[in-house]
Amino acid sequence: MQIYLPIAEVSVNAFLLLGLGGMVGILSGMFGVGGGFLMTPLLFFIGIPPAVAVATEANQIVASSFSGVLAHFKRRTVDLRMGTVLLIGGLVGSGLGILLFNYLRSLGQVELLVQLCYVIFLGIIGALMFVESLNAIRKSKKAGGAVPTRRKHNWVHNLPFKMKFRVSGLYISVIPPLLVGVLVGVLAAIMGVGGGFIMVPAMIYLLGMPTKVVVGTSLFQIIFVTAFTTMLHATTNFTVDIVLAVLLLVGGVIGAQIGTRIGVHMKAEQLRILLAALVLAVCGKLAFDLLVMPSELYSLGAGGH
Amino acid sequence: MLRLLAFLVLAALPAQAEEIVLGLSRDEVAITANFDGSDILIFGAIKRDKPAPDTGPLGVIVTVAGPDLPVTVRRKDRRLGIWVNTDAVEVDAAPSFYAVATNGPLNEVLRDTEDLRNEITIRRAIRSVGADVDDSRAFTQALIRIRAGNELYQVLEGGVDLEEDTLFRAAVNLPANLTEGDYEARIFLTRSGVIVDEYVTVIPVHKVGMERWLYNLAHDNAVLYGLMSLAIAIAAGWGASAIFGLLRR
Repeated sequence: MQIYLPIAEVSVNAFLLLGLGGMVGILSGMFGVGGGFLMTPLLFFIGIPPAVAVATEANQIVASSFSGVLAHFKRRTVDLRMGTVLLIGGLVGSGLGILLFNYLRSLGQVELLVQLCYVIFLGIIGALMFVESLNAIRKSKKAGGAVPTRRKHNWVHNLPFKMKFRVSGLYISVIPPLLVGVLVGVLAAIMGVGGGFIMVPAMIYLLGMPTKVVVGTSLFQIIFVTAFTTMLHATTNFTVDIVLAVLLLVGGVIGAQIGTRIGVHMKAEQLRILLAALVLAVCGKLAFDLLVMPSELYSLGAGGH
Repeated sequence: MLRLLAFLVLAALPAQAEEIVLGLSRDEVAITANFDGSDILIFGAIKRDKPAPDTGPLGVIVTVAGPDLPVTVRRKDRRLGIWVNTDAVEVDAAPSFYAVATNGPLNEVLRDTEDLRNEITIRRAIRSVGADVDDSRAFTQALIRIRAGNELYQVLEGGVDLEEDTLFRAAVNLPANLTEGDYEARIFLTRSGVIVDEYVTVIPVHKVGMERWLYNLAHDNAVLYGLMSLAIAIAAGWGASAIFGLLRR
C-alpha cells in the first residue's frame, strides 16, 4: 500500500515503513539504544530526503524510548538520579552540538564529517565491546558460569562532588556522568541520533554501572534529548514528517516491547556481543561507501546558499 | 514597402492557417494520502480553414514542465583514499519535472534554432550560468541523468499519436515524487521543424485534504506541530506499553 508523505513529498510503501519500525524497535528494546544509527541510513536508502529522515527519526525515537522505559520502570531498572545528571549534560551537549553543526555546515562538507563520525565512533565502540564481551564470555566459561563483578577502583572514583546513585549501587563524582552526557549530546546533535550506542558503553565501561540498569537509564535520558531535537527541527527546518513518524512508531513501539522482553531472557554478555556485531556491521557498511568509488559521482541538493 | 508587407503577411498566412484545439484529461492534479503518481492525457485537434498546406511534414510536440527551482550539483572525487564532494555547480533554474513528447524523432520535428528560442528540449530548459568549473556541461548532464533515473525527466519520442494529420494525443506519467506548483503544458505544431502554432495551458498540482492541512500546520504553526508530533509519540509509546502489559496478565 503506497502512502504519500506530506512533508517528505515522496510516496512509499506503508508496510515497508511499519516493518522497518518494528525491526529497529526490537533492537531498541533489547539494547537500550534508540536505533537511530540504523534507522536514519535505512530511511536514506528508501528515498526519504536526509533532512526529513533525521528530524522524523528523532521523533520516532521519543516513542520507542518512552515505550521501552515504561517496561524498565516496572522492573525498577531505571536510575532516575543518574538519568537526570546525564540529561543535564546531554541538553548542554546538544546545544553545543547544534552550534558546531551549523559552523561545519557553513564550511561545507558536513555530510562527510557526519559519515566520518559514524565510522570512527561505531568502529571504536564496536571493537571495544566485541573484545570485552568475548573475554567476559571466555572468563565466565572458565569460572564455571560465574559472572565476574566489575567494580574496580579507577580515576573516576577519585574526583570531587560525589553523589550516591542507589539504583546503580554507585558512589561516584557527578563530573564523569555530566561529561558523558555532554559528549553524547554533542555527538547526537552532529550525527542526528539519540546517542544510546555511545552512552551505553560509556555507562558500562567508564562509570561502571550494572548492565541491567544501563539500558533503562539510557532510554530515560534519550527521551528528553530527542524530544528537544524534534522541537528544534520542527520549528527551524520544518522537516518533521508526522505521517512518516506515525508509521515508524507504530512498528517501533511494538518492536520495543518485544525487544525488552527478549533482552530479559538473555545474558548480559550475549546482549553486548550482539550489539557489538551490529555496530561493527553498520560501521563497515559506511566505511565501504566512503572507500569504494560510488556508481554515481554526482549528487543533487537544494539550490541556493 | 507596402508590397513587402503584403508579401510578408501572405507568407505568414499558411502558418496561422493551422491552429491547435486542446483538451486535457484532468485540469488539476490533487495529491492525496494514497497518491502514487498520475497520468495526464493531453489530446487535441488541428483546426484548419483550408486544406493542409504542403510545407513539409507535420510535427506535434508536447511538453509538461514543473516549477523551476535552483539546484546544487555536487561531484565526488577521491581525497586521501575516501570519496568526498569536491566541486559543485549551482544551476540557477531547472524544472522539477520535465517531459517532452513528440510524434517523431526530435531532430526531425524541431529545428535547433526553434529549440533555442522556445527552450523545448530538457537541456535547453535548464538555465545554468556562472559555473566556475571547467566542465560545467558534465554537471548539467549529471543533473539530467539523475532526474531521468527518477522519472522526473522524460523524453518520449513517438509519445504523441497523430492521426490523419489532425487528431493528436499524448499520455504523460507524473511520478509520485512531485513538487507542488503550477505545471505548464505546452503544445507546439511544427512544419519541417518550424513552429507554426503554440498553445500553453497550466495544470496546478497541489496537496489536498489531510496532506494539505498537515503541510500548512507544519509551516504556519511549527511549535504546535512539533508538540503534536511529540504527543503522538508519547501516546503511542505509552499505549504499546499498556497493551503489552495487559497481554502479559
